[in-house]
Formats: sequence, structure tokens, C-alpha cells
Amino acid sequence: MIGLLAPGLVAPVLVVAEEAHAAELSSGGLLASAAWLIPVVPLVAAWVIALFGKRFPLKGWDVAIAVMGFEAAYGTVLLLSHIANPIGYEGTVEIARIGSLPIEWGWTVDGLSIMMYSIVGVVGFLVFLYARGYMEGDIRYTWFFASFTLFAGGMLVLVSAPNLLQLIVGWELVGVSSWLLIGHYWEEHENSSAAIKAFLVNRVGDIGLFIGAIIVSVSVGSFRFSDVLDGVESGAPTLARYAFWGGVALFIGAMGKSAQFPLHVWLPDAMAGPTPVSALMHAATMVTAGVYLVGRVYPLYLTEGFADDVRSFIIVVGALTLFLTGLIALVQNDIKKVLAYSTLSQLGYMTAAMGAGAYTAGLFHLFTHAFFKALLFLGAGSVIHAVHSNNLSDMGGLRKDMPWTFRTFVVGSLALAGILPLAGFFSKDEILASLRFAGSEESGFTAAQGGAGLANVVLVLAIAGAFVTAFYMARTVFLTFYGQYKGHGHPHESPKVMWVPLAVLGFFSIVAGWINIPGITSTFTDVVGARFHLVADHHAESFDYLAMVLGLAAAVGGIALGYRIWFPDRATQAERDTFTIPGLYPLLSAKYHIDTFYMDGIIRPIRGPVAGAVNWVNGHVIDFVVNGAGLAAMGLGRGVYVLDQEGVDGAINAAGAVTGAGGGVLRRMQSGRIEQYATWLIGGTVALVAGFIIFS
Amino acid sequence: MSLTDWLSTPENWVFLVIALPMLAAAVKLVTTTNVVHAALYLVVTLAASAAVLLLLGAEFVAWTVVLVSIGAVVVLFLFGIMITRAPMGREATLSHPRSVKLAAAAVSFALFALIGGAAVDAFTSQPLTEPADATRTGALGEVLFTRFVIPFEVVSVLLLAALIGGIVLARRDPGETAGGGL
Amino acid sequence: MTVTQFVLLGAALFSIGVYGVLTRRNAVLVLLSVELMLAAVNVNLVAFDRHLADQLAGGQVFALFTIAVSAAEVGIGLAIVLLIFRNRRSANVDELDLLKL
Repeated sequence: MIGLLAPGLVAPVLVVAEEAHAAELSSGGLLASAAWLIPVVPLVAAWVIALFGKRFPLKGWDVAIAVMGFEAAYGTVLLLSHIANPIGYEGTVEIARIGSLPIEWGWTVDGLSIMMYSIVGVVGFLVFLYARGYMEGDIRYTWFFASFTLFAGGMLVLVSAPNLLQLIVGWELVGVSSWLLIGHYWEEHENSSAAIKAFLVNRVGDIGLFIGAIIVSVSVGSFRFSDVLDGVESGAPTLARYAFWGGVALFIGAMGKSAQFPLHVWLPDAMAGPTPVSALMHAATMVTAGVYLVGRVYPLYLTEGFADDVRSFIIVVGALTLFLTGLIALVQNDIKKVLAYSTLSQLGYMTAAMGAGAYTAGLFHLFTHAFFKALLFLGAGSVIHAVHSNNLSDMGGLRKDMPWTFRTFVVGSLALAGILPLAGFFSKDEILASLRFAGSEESGFTAAQGGAGLANVVLVLAIAGAFVTAFYMARTVFLTFYGQYKGHGHPHESPKVMWVPLAVLGFFSIVAGWINIPGITSTFTDVVGARFHLVADHHAESFDYLAMVLGLAAAVGGIALGYRIWFPDRATQAERDTFTIPGLYPLLSAKYHIDTFYMDGIIRPIRGPVAGAVNWVNGHVIDFVVNGAGLAAMGLGRGVYVLDQEGVDGAINAAGAVTGAGGGVLRRMQSGRIEQYATWLIGGTVALVAGFIIFS
Repeated sequence: MSLTDWLSTPENWVFLVIALPMLAAAVKLVTTTNVVHAALYLVVTLAASAAVLLLLGAEFVAWTVVLVSIGAVVVLFLFGIMITRAPMGREATLSHPRSVKLAAAAVSFALFALIGGAAVDAFTSQPLTEPADATRTGALGEVLFTRFVIPFEVVSVLLLAALIGGIVLARRDPGETAGGGL
Repeated sequence: MTVTQFVLLGAALFSIGVYGVLTRRNAVLVLLSVELMLAAVNVNLVAFDRHLADQLAGGQVFALFTIAVSAAEVGIGLAIVLLIFRNRRSANVDELDLLKL
């Protein structure tokens, strides 16, 4: 701003450079050059709501919903015009320069970011709409919407970033605002612990991100993604030498935010926040950030000689996450935790797809998952709102009392389970097909990258994961909506402001998959493919029937087994409530002891020695100094005592009398009130200095 | 230099645009009845102070203020507010009663009059010289690691001491298990 | 721009900070006000640095030191507040009147 207001005042602080790369992409005109509004508007609005929100007629919600309406509209318009005419645009503003390294703020408008803008906008808008009903009467209503807007804004900063520095800024904004939101009810110790846990586990990943950003940027000499990817394209030797470690470190950052095994432990605890927060966090923002980052630098992972070896690591982490966390979801009794573990499992699918080289499939699952997972969370919130409990054992039989919630929840569950023709089917099928392709001869998925054998193992895990997904969603639906109501009070349908977003999300959960049907439509492939530094991607021309049949069979089988065990007519009430998975239950309900391992295996051993070392220093070094000082003082005291006896006594007595008299006057100053002392101190200093100036 | 002369320079308008909101935010910081708002006003004030530093051509210091003070210190404050469960809403008992406020206002005003008077008296209204080169980060780094290297090391040791001191102060005693968790 | 205007700005900011330190009961808010005073010091240091056109950029270097010291101060300050809060269930400075005894 300063540079613009008074040119020549400071070094050229602001230099606006707007560029459109890649000849085949259009510059997008005003629509793209004004896209800097996308991240800036919510950031400003968050401040407005925090400081002045209470003066608005609807206590700040009105500002928040207007902002999200703007985001949804802008995102949709961008997406539509991008489909009509692919846009590739990058605007940058130089805000400072350290030596020759510019620090820039910018906004990227290309297929990948437009896809994210539109889902953050649309899903965010619906969640904010819903939040008005859900948060009604909350003690910190305005504050909630301020941090919620900041959360969405942070994600948009991250998505719009054309360089790694801004990405880190957005990354941390999301981290901080998620911390605020998870700890929204911080009066309870558990909730603020969950917030701190999320923050700290994310930090572990963040260190990876920092190291990765430093390695990649230093070896290229620029923070810009376009320069990094140019380096990949032209085969820059310095980057090639360090790309492996840079890629590993960046992926560790992605593991933290996208909650990949074994850094997944924060996400289930993050359920401590209000349900709309969980919905947005699991659907469009935060957890998608890691997958987005991998997608953003994808050519780095795809090009041979750079970080392509990291892909074996990525695919293994994704496969472990998708399978292990899916199993935990089976034994959860808290409806939000079931959904949380299911998110982890679906994130595992996305990561595995990214590792297998299926850029489009991974992002497509991110896209469809955003809709049905937001729907499921909001549906769960609606149920929780009605029965005032998170526990599945307090629910049951709600299908008649909450018709809209029931219908939409079933749609969301079927979409998540991957039933034809809902959204989840198409995206999951594409992942399975990609994994099968990666396992085939022609894919060129080399042994260093993971190899065909690994891809086939992951494919089996993914199909098993699809079975588990359908199984636990069937359990959730049957325990929540069928059988007898076991809670207290009278459940009722939620207000219109809550179920209308559910219905809209339900609609998207049905149709979102239709934009990328192999051999029929390829809109989504074209959207995310139209970006700088094209990503060569395998997009099947026709269905991979084997993968489709296996995936569908797994889903139907899961639902059938769930029906057999948990549907009311097929089992007695007592059997349903107490059914546990034989053999596996103790391990699963302890969540593979990972949390215990972190606490007992890492945190305590570190904390103990540190505390011990501090104690040792305290006991030995500091005590020694103190004792030494004490002994010296005693020696001095003996000397002084002699002097004292000799004749100081008289003087002391006289001084004592004066002091006593003075003390009588000054006693009133000794109130023990620290602020009065400080006032006297500063007032006295002022008087002294004033006297010094005047009389010198 | 008369006021009209002063106002005829565009830089001074920029100064006013930064300084007035800064002072307003500072006043709100010390008077607001909401703890979280106070922390947010601190962000505004520090951001404005960074802008003032930019205006003076001290880029590196300005960005350090943004990174350290706004980025780290404010988050630390929010942690502090959350941990001490300071009341988040309006709270009348955050400040001392009126009598204390009056005395404090008198003392602060006297302080301002003293420093301000001395400054006006001591410095001529001769304009500041243009810096030879606004981007002096390299030179600053050189000075920091040559002429000022010992103070720099002392500051490092101070930070280490503060780190250890913070752990010693904030950790629970081994026997004390109340609360549990992290 | 003259150096006076920056010194006046710094003085005003410092005095507001002093007011805050003197009037706040909550210890976290006292620390916030101290932060304000330190910001005022930084403005002054950099303004004088520019005024004197110091070849060694001493003002800027010391502003950097101030920032580092203020970070340390906040860390220790908040740790003390936390300790007091744990022991007394309150972060109000006027309830800490052990000095009176």
C-alpha cells in the first residue's frame, strides 16, 4: 500500500506482475485478474466479524454468509468459464525483497485451484448456512463465525498460493484457526487438549513442509511453483540431486495436514469442535490441503529422476491409512468418530491414488468426497442436535422423526460406500482402475516407484477397504435410524435452515460423479488437467469392468453383512447393541495403541529426561551458586558485625528514629497494591527527569 | 516548518494514515473489555508499527516485527488467554477501578508531555535525509555479524535462558498430576 | 518527514502502554500493554537510526535485539502468569498482594 500511496518513498515495495503462461490456456480476463479477492475477502471479513460482528443484526453470521455466498458464486462462475474455456493465470505482487529473493503474494487461477475454489465456496456456503441453525444460542456465536471465516480464508490463501511461502502462510492460518475451532468449547479440559493435540501433531508434519520447502526452493533458487516445475521440466541438475529428500519432506508435511497414518491421531480428537467445523474440516478444507499440495507439485513426483521414488512411500502410507483406519471406524460408538475414521480412510484412498500416479483419480475422489462427507457430518450434526448425544447407543429409530435427515444421510452413506450411480462409486472406481493400471505391464510403474506387485497389493487393500467402508456405514445407518429409540427426550426434525443444505448436498452427492464417467464424460479430467505444467495422466477411455465389479461387489457385500448383523428384524436388540468384531475388537478399540505409544513411547521419555536435567541443574549448579553466595555473605557479615559494635550503633539508632517518623507518613503508600507502586515509580521518574531537564 | 508545509508532503499523509489508526487501536487495546479483542488490537498496532518502520526504510526490521511479534508473540498470547481461561466475552473486571485509572491517566499524560516536549525542544524540524539505499538487509546482516556479534550472541544466550526458564516455570512438579494430559 | 513526528508517535504509544500497564488487572493484558511499549521503543530506535544516518545501522540492529528480548519477555511472562494462575486460580495482579505481608 505504501508504495502505491507515495511512490518512490520506500524501495519499490509493491510491483504487480500478472502473467498468463501456457499458450493453450486463456488468461481469463477480469475474472482471473480479480481473483485475488477470493482469499482476501474472507480474511478481511474475519477481522470485521471479530471486532464489530456483534453490531450486525444477525451477530456476524450475516457477514460470514455473505462472504461464503460470494466465494460460492465466484468459484462456480470460474469453474463454468474454465470448463468453457480453460484458464491459466498467475498474478503476483512483490511485497519485499531479501537480497535477490523476492517475497511475493499471488493468486493462481488454473484448473486445480479453480476446482478447490468451487468446492470450498459451495460446501463452505452450505455449511455456514447450516451452522446458523446448529450454533443458535451458542455463548461465542460471533467469535465462532469469525474463526470459521478465517478457517475458510486460510484454506483459500493456501489454494491460491503460487509460491511455497504463501502456501505455508495459508497452511499455518488453517492450523491456527482449526486450533481455535476445535477448542471452541475450551472450558472443558478435554476439548482444549484435543485442540492442542491437533496443533502439535500438525506441527510435526509442518516441520517436514518447512524442510521440504527449503530444500526445493534453495535448489531451484525461487519459491515459485512455476519455477520449481520449470526446473523439473528442463531437468535442472541441482533440483534433481535433492528432489528425493525434498519430495519426502513435502509429503511428510502433507501427511500431517491430510492426517495420514501414523500422523492421523489428531483428526478423530478434532471432533471436539462443533459439528459444522468437523464438516468443513473433513470435506473441503484442512485435510484436503495435503492432497492438494501433492497435486500442486505433482510433476515433481511424476518425473523420472526427480522425486518419483517417493511414490512407493506415498502409496504405502495411503494404503495403510485407508485400510487400518477403516477398521477402527467399525468399533466406534460415537457417530462423529465413525465419520472421522471414515474420512481418514477416504484420505488414504486419495493418497494411494496420488502415489500410484493417478492425479485425476485422487483429486476426483477429493471432489466427490467433499460433498458426501459434508453431507454425512451435517446429517450427524442434525441427529446430535435432536437427541443431544453423540453415541450411537442413544439413537435408533429416528427415520420417522427426522425424514429429511434420514433420506439425505442414506444418500450420503450410499455415496460413501460406492454404490452405482452415486458420486462415490465413480471416484472410487477410478482409483481402483488406476491401481489396476499401475499394476499392469504397460503403466511403466517401475520398481523404484513401487512396482507392479506393490500396486496389486494396494489394489487388494483398497477393495477390502471398500468392503469395510460399506460395512461400517451400514452399521451407522441401521443403529441410528432403525430399531427402537434408546435416547431420552423427543427427537424432532431440525429447522429448515439445517435440512435444506443437507438436501442440496444430497443432490450433489448423487450427481457429482457423473462429470467423469470413463468413455462418456471427461469434464473433471479436463478441468484439473488444464494447469501450468501439464500432468500426463492415465484416464481410461472405458470402464475397467473387473475393477468396477470387484468394487461394487465389495460395497454390496459390506452392506449385506451390515444388514445381516445390525438390521433390527435379523437380530435381537441385545445382539445388535453388544455385537463386537470377534478377535480384533481389543486392538481396534485401542486404535492400534498408537496414541499410547506416542504418549508413553515418545512424549514421556522426552519429557522425563528434560525435567530430570532441569532438576539436576537446579539441584547442583544453582544450589552451588546460591550456597556459595550465602557463605560469602556470612563471612562478610562477621566482618561487618565487628564494625557495627564499634560505633555504628549510635548512628543507626538516630537514623531509626527518623525512619520511624518518616515511615508513619509513608506507611499509607505501602498499600501492597502493585499498580499503585508502579504509578508512583513512573510518576517519580517523570518528575526526576523533568527536574533534570529544567534545572540543567 | 509550518503545518501547511508539513501537510504538503505526500509522505506525511501516509504517516497520518498509518499513525492515527495505530493510536486508535492502541487506545482500544488498553481500554477494551474483551481479552481476545485486546490481542487482536495488538495485531493492528504492531502491523501499523511495521508499516511505520517500512516508511522509515527499515524493511528487515519491519518484516521481523511482522514475523516475530505478530506471528509468534500474538499466538503465544492467545495460548495464554486460553490456558488461563481468561473470560472471552465482555468483562468489566479486567481493569482497576476509576480512581486508579485517573492517576494512571495523569501519570501517562505527564510522561507523554515530558518526552514529547523534550523531543520538540531538542530536534529541529529539518526533514529526514533520504536513505542512500532502502534495501539494506545485506548491510544490516554484515553489521550484525561483525560489529554487533557479541551483543547478538548475548541475545541468543538470553533466548536460551528464557526457553529453559519458561520450561522450569510452566512445567508441573513431578509429584503433581492434577489435570493430566498434555 | 521529520524525526520529531516519529518520536511523538513513539511517545504517545509508550504513554498509552504505560496507561495500560497501570490500569489493567488481568496479567495477560498487562503483558500486552508492555508489548505496546516495546513497539514504541522500536519506532524510536529506527527513527533515530534514520535521523543520524548511522553507517552501522545501530538503531535497526538494536530494534532487532528489542524484538528478540520482547519475545523472551513474553515467553517468561506468560509462564509466570500460568504458574500464578495454577497456584491461585486467578490471573489478576491485584490479588497478588503477598508483598503487603
